[in-house]
Amino acid sequence: GFLIPYFIMLIAEGMPLLYLELAVGQRMRRGSIGAWKIISPYLCGVGVASVVVSFFLSMYYNVINAWAFWYLFHSFQDPLPWATCPLNSNRTGYEEECEKTSSTQYFWYRQTLNISPSLEASGNMQWEQALCLTLAWLVVYLCILRGTESTGKLEQLSNPKTWISAATQIFFSLGLGFGSLIAFASYNEPTNNCERHAIIVSLINSTTSIFASIVTFSIYGFKATFNYESCINKVILLLLNAFDLEEGSLTADNLNEMKDYLMATHPQEYAQLSPQLKNCSLEAELDTAVQGTGLAFIVYSEAIKNMEVPQLYSVLYFVMLLMLGIGSMLGNTAAILTPLTDSRVIATRFPKEVISGVVCFINCVIGLIFTMEAGNYWFDIFNDYAATLSLLLIVLVETIAVCYIYGIRRFEKDLYTMIGRKPNWYWKIMWAFASPLLIISLFIFYLTDYILTGTLQYQAWDATQGQLVTKDYPSYALAVIGLLVAASTMCIPLGALVTFIRKRLKRERVSTVA
Amino acid sequence: MMSFHEISDVLLCNVTDRVSFWFVVTDSSQNMTTVPGSVVEAAIRMNRNRINSAFLLSDKTLQFLKITSTLSPPVEPSTPVWLIVFGVVLCLIVAGIVFLVVAGIQQRKKKNKESTERENLEEKGEVTVTVENGIPCEALDLKAGHINGVFAADDERFTSL
Repeated sequence: GFLIPYFIMLIAEGMPLLYLELAVGQRMRRGSIGAWKIISPYLCGVGVASVVVSFFLSMYYNVINAWAFWYLFHSFQDPLPWATCPLNSNRTGYEEECEKTSSTQYFWYRQTLNISPSLEASGNMQWEQALCLTLAWLVVYLCILRGTESTGKLEQLSNPKTWISAATQIFFSLGLGFGSLIAFASYNEPTNNCERHAIIVSLINSTTSIFASIVTFSIYGFKATFNYESCINKVILLLLNAFDLEEGSLTADNLNEMKDYLMATHPQEYAQLSPQLKNCSLEAELDTAVQGTGLAFIVYSEAIKNMEVPQLYSVLYFVMLLMLGIGSMLGNTAAILTPLTDSRVIATRFPKEVISGVVCFINCVIGLIFTMEAGNYWFDIFNDYAATLSLLLIVLVETIAVCYIYGIRRFEKDLYTMIGRKPNWYWKIMWAFASPLLIISLFIFYLTDYILTGTLQYQAWDATQGQLVTKDYPSYALAVIGLLVAASTMCIPLGALVTFIRKRLKRERVSTVA
Repeated sequence: MMSFHEISDVLLCNVTDRVSFWFVVTDSSQNMTTVPGSVVEAAIRMNRNRINSAFLLSDKTLQFLKITSTLSPPVEPSTPVWLIVFGVVLCLIVAGIVFLVVAGIQQRKKKNKESTERENLEEKGEVTVTVENGIPCEALDLKAGHINGVFAADDERFTSL
């Protein structure tokens, strides 16, 4: 049921917009700010908005790499630390929190994040996570240094294959609207066949996504079944011990009938026992959606711990996760650095190493917020709100700009000079009509959804119950969300306004001189 | 105080289907008085393993109420393993960064030296470097550039004296 809208979106949005961004970057041979300025001076805000979104993204995204490093370093032990629960203080049983939930969730929420019960309780900075975050930023810096060494635009018109390797690493999304595609494509040769690459990249991306989702959902089902069965077994043990029944008389199949029978025959003892008897249901297990980033770490580490030689698979999996993550980070940082190095003002004063170093350092310091005890809640805020609405708007403005302001005939001619053939009717219809309409409808859907649900809520980890509970955001968190969305979307109209005012002033100056 | 007991000294009662029961240990030498509970508890704690293996059970499957078993903690090395791996990776990355930065600085110094040498030679007029719009011709992609035949043979414009 999900695959149909996925494929429709891919054909109507993903491929056309990917092709559009690659072509724009390749043609204009500039990063996102410069490219949109060439198309129309009023659109410099679009490039700035892309850079702002990329900046927000790079702030919080590297924390995922820090977590991957943490799990990777912990994979060199036997047994894996998330395979068993730790013991409580007098060594008579397991830790209480770990008993209520599973050992992998305990490892994630307590030993990795040391998460606080709510957003307001900030807590201390976790030095282990801070170390891993610093390491992740050092790795990104190292790769950027290497990147700027091998690519150069004006000195050598060589063809670095950086953007093709980035394509295989754009795993989570096609990376539209971040400006990273434009930045990468601007390093291409002008005659590069970006149409073919756009199709190949989006198809590879979607097959990888589908494959990964199949694997993820099967592991997710396994985890839910496992939790359900262990819940049933706990209830059976409790009833057997309380009523001294024969071993094997209570099974998963006859549990419900036996519960009714016991309630009828021994009402008092049953009433005493009933607060401890959980109602196990498979649907409830499947509904406790481990969302977002936690999924990658909890679900897969759960699967890995049940395999033979788990250390090997754990190392392999987290190395793969790291490569994907670092690749995405390189795209984001390229989107930020390319406009900075393109601009004459900054590039002539400071060498490239210093600019990249400063950007990495600022992001690392800001990222330390996410290593605090409440850091994962702030991370979820950034993850949910920093990019979604702004990207929709940016991509919408991009399509409309290229189709109607730059002119689709001019764009066709540019593509003809670059690739050697004009785009066929499919691309033109998608760019001119289908994609903008779809994006507008998505936009309206998002806004109405937000207005209907009222205040925003988040999932907080409750250590006493061992599961996630829903809480409301405090007012300052809502203010931060508003700022995140506004900072990137307001760039577009502000940029147009600034250009308009500047032109007005220039015209007045010229007219007074004349 | 060493006292010997026989199997008949252990009395069971309240046996249920669950295979659970209460038992007391009597002391036959002292007129059928029961051994105090604390002594029995201490004895069971000491010999838990033997009792388990006699029934082919474990601490999980044979439970004595009021006698909680102590679980063995996992083995923990003195320095956590993850710090060691972290240290190794950190040293590698920092070495890589230092190497690349130093190499970049050296390359830039070499380029500066070359360009100043070339400027000196140009002033002396000994080396003619064909230049098109300020960019040396070797760096340009000649496919994109176009050499204008009018200006190529510049030295023939003036008639020789």
